[in-house]
Amino acid sequence: MMMMMMMKVMMMVTVMVSEGSIIEQTCKETPDFNLCVSLLNSDPRGSSADTSGLALILIDKIKGLTTKTLNEINGLYKKRPELKRALDECSRRYKTILNADVPEAIEAISKGVPKFGEDGVIDAGVEASVCEGGFKGKSPLTSLTKSMQKISNVTRAIVRMLL
Amino acid sequence: MASSDALLPISAREEDPLCPYTRLPMADPNQETHGRRRRPFKGLLAVSFGLLFIAFYVALIATHDGSRSNDAVIDETKTTTSRARLAGVSEKSNDGLWKLSGDRNTPAFEWNNSMLSWQRTAFHFQPEQNWMNDPNGPLFYKGWYHFFYQYNPNAAVWGDIVWGHAVSRDLIHWVHLPIAMVADQWYDSNGVWTGSATILPDGSIVMLYTGSTDKAVQVQNLAYPEDPSDPLLLKWVKFPGNPVLVPPPGILPKDFRDPTTAWKTSEGKWRITIGSKLNRTGISLVYDTTDFKTYEKLDTLLHRVPNTGMWECVDFYPVSKTAVNGLDTSVKGPDVKHIVKASMDDTRFDHYAVGTYFDSNGTWIPDDPTIDVGMSTSLRYDYGKFYASKTFYDQNKGRRVLWSWIGESDSEAADVQKGWSSVQGIPRTVVLDTKTGKNLVQWPVEEIKSLRLSSKQFDIEVGPGSVVPVDVGSATQLDIEAEFEINKESLDKIIRNASVVAEAEEFSCEKSGGSTVRGALGPFGFSVLATESLSEQTPVYFYVAKGKDSELKTIFCIDTSRSSVANDVVKPIYGSVVPVLKGEKLTMRILVDHSIVEAFGQGGRTCITSRVYPTSAIYGAAKLFLFNNALDATVTASFRVWQMNSAFIHPYTEEAFRALTRT
Repeated sequence: MMMMMMMKVMMMVTVMVSEGSIIEQTCKETPDFNLCVSLLNSDPRGSSADTSGLALILIDKIKGLTTKTLNEINGLYKKRPELKRALDECSRRYKTILNADVPEAIEAISKGVPKFGEDGVIDAGVEASVCEGGFKGKSPLTSLTKSMQKISNVTRAIVRMLL
Repeated sequence: MASSDALLPISAREEDPLCPYTRLPMADPNQETHGRRRRPFKGLLAVSFGLLFIAFYVALIATHDGSRSNDAVIDETKTTTSRARLAGVSEKSNDGLWKLSGDRNTPAFEWNNSMLSWQRTAFHFQPEQNWMNDPNGPLFYKGWYHFFYQYNPNAAVWGDIVWGHAVSRDLIHWVHLPIAMVADQWYDSNGVWTGSATILPDGSIVMLYTGSTDKAVQVQNLAYPEDPSDPLLLKWVKFPGNPVLVPPPGILPKDFRDPTTAWKTSEGKWRITIGSKLNRTGISLVYDTTDFKTYEKLDTLLHRVPNTGMWECVDFYPVSKTAVNGLDTSVKGPDVKHIVKASMDDTRFDHYAVGTYFDSNGTWIPDDPTIDVGMSTSLRYDYGKFYASKTFYDQNKGRRVLWSWIGESDSEAADVQKGWSSVQGIPRTVVLDTKTGKNLVQWPVEEIKSLRLSSKQFDIEVGPGSVVPVDVGSATQLDIEAEFEINKESLDKIIRNASVVAEAEEFSCEKSGGSTVRGALGPFGFSVLATESLSEQTPVYFYVAKGKDSELKTIFCIDTSRSSVANDVVKPIYGSVVPVLKGEKLTMRILVDHSIVEAFGQGGRTCITSRVYPTSAIYGAAKLFLFNNALDATVTASFRVWQMNSAFIHPYTEEAFRALTRT
């Protein structure tokens, strides 16, 4: 009886200790531990995902951020009509992330050829940077750009673990 | 910190590999009867142990929690290490772009359709549109060269992969045919991936390829032509008993792909090899078969190299030690060495090594283990953008021919806008360098000369620090063959003067600053796809320097860092040392074809392929220059420049077929 109780306590405690540790161990190998942990912990799949699964969660985050940024871009056409040209370029770039990079990365990681996933993830950061550059220093999207660049870097690090 | 939410019911954690205690056996009823008399004492022991364990675990959590601030410090070192691991591994990186986008003076570049459509090549194989990657199953059959390739019919990025198909009489003029194999079976529904052809002694063809199954497991499948009398091999049949190979025990389901051409063993069986990995060790598995339908896996590996990661697109073939012709894949013997080549998933480099094959147990050992396959020091077919390469034995002309996937170095948005991505390198013959015995020599297939139109010969002496325009008219489709000689006095000054410090070993194309950094004896060479003002240019050059042994060393590079003012393209400096033997002049050949530049040093001892995306050095504005950035040496260049015709690669029509059949 005592043994049973002890076992239960030990198991519960081990669970508490090991609960975050796959995520934490993985995130330690990325350029932004805190961002990585918070993104993965915010997804219910995070606690039981393997490395592929963690990568797919982050690609989902990239997708979400892309949609959010596209909405922001659409809103800016009215508020800042003088930025139309840069906004057009950004719209094109973020649509590439949504329609090319993300599907490519999801397919590649799910099928075990992660290098194409790495390409898609890196490109997401590239497209965000190019969009940002179009505003010549006066970007209304800087904080979203920075988020994309950071998430892209963290995701890339995790995808590389699959190679 | 794990919250109370983390205290999942135990049943949910039963499978958790991290939890070592879920498998503890239940109390043994036999023990209970035995220990009945000692129970009270045992009980006390159990309680104290229990408290001790609980205390231990609580302490563990507490330190785990409290050490988080320490972890942050540790993390930084780890972060820097992981950044170092990331940098330089794949050339595509957004690190450089962060700096650019933060710089208010660098506007983002906007591509227009004129610039993008210029990028399409004139005489390199590429499908009419969309994405291509690995070359597949190249072969010669009934008068036609066949080429298959990984193709996405739906987008300009990788995905939905099927086998594209094209035929040619001469490896240069291609006609696109319908897709050869689609993902229509459960064993390849997630992808019809890379494979190789074997031509049997009776002339029939078997094709082995990797399928990604409906459960995304990598398996090997057999296919063969539906109609062997059709020289165009339009239709293919998949063996109903597929898959013929599934991942063996110990090999993960996603680490088993790219079967090679088979070779005959001395026992009369067919043997293939398939790349894989065990943890971080790259390996190549070996299988024997008599009918390509059932296989026996050998216990031995063809080869393994630790810390090289997954081996993709393994290739294995014999080369003659003495002759400069190719050899059928089954050839063995004392006059032959064997090449093992693999594409390294980690680094996107193709590496090879020269070695000896032991047919009795299907193993191979490298001649020089310090440059074994996949090591950073190991030889590469090409020091630029070049991957997933594959050779085949061309029985038509008795040569071994190398195909290679040349991806883009631009953004995917540009690929989507222009509607295509990737080309193949010009097919190259591959032979062992009979002079050095240690490396391969590659050269564009002879048939490319059929594209040569008019040419001009030049003999120019270029003084130190000069750039000379070379007037050839149009400069976007060129074949350049050049010989260079450095003036003797400058050479002697460097070799004989003991105070001149050896720098060759420290020099690397990648890290030594590119073609503008001047040394005593270089850099010198050509600048291709250059604007009149040199605002955009792609130098292809030699850098000669003194080595530690006081002998001269020659390094061959392509510098794409100023190839374009666009900031959303990758612009590395590529290259490597090129062996130059006594008495040899320095020679280079350059093929310029719009957005691809291929360079061959010393007759193909060192090859470099690069992708470039100029914004103004395009169409009529692209020029050719000769330059010498050496500090005091004068260089004499003798060279010929040919205008290159288009290969007019186009889809199959009755007319095209008839025209090609006539040649």
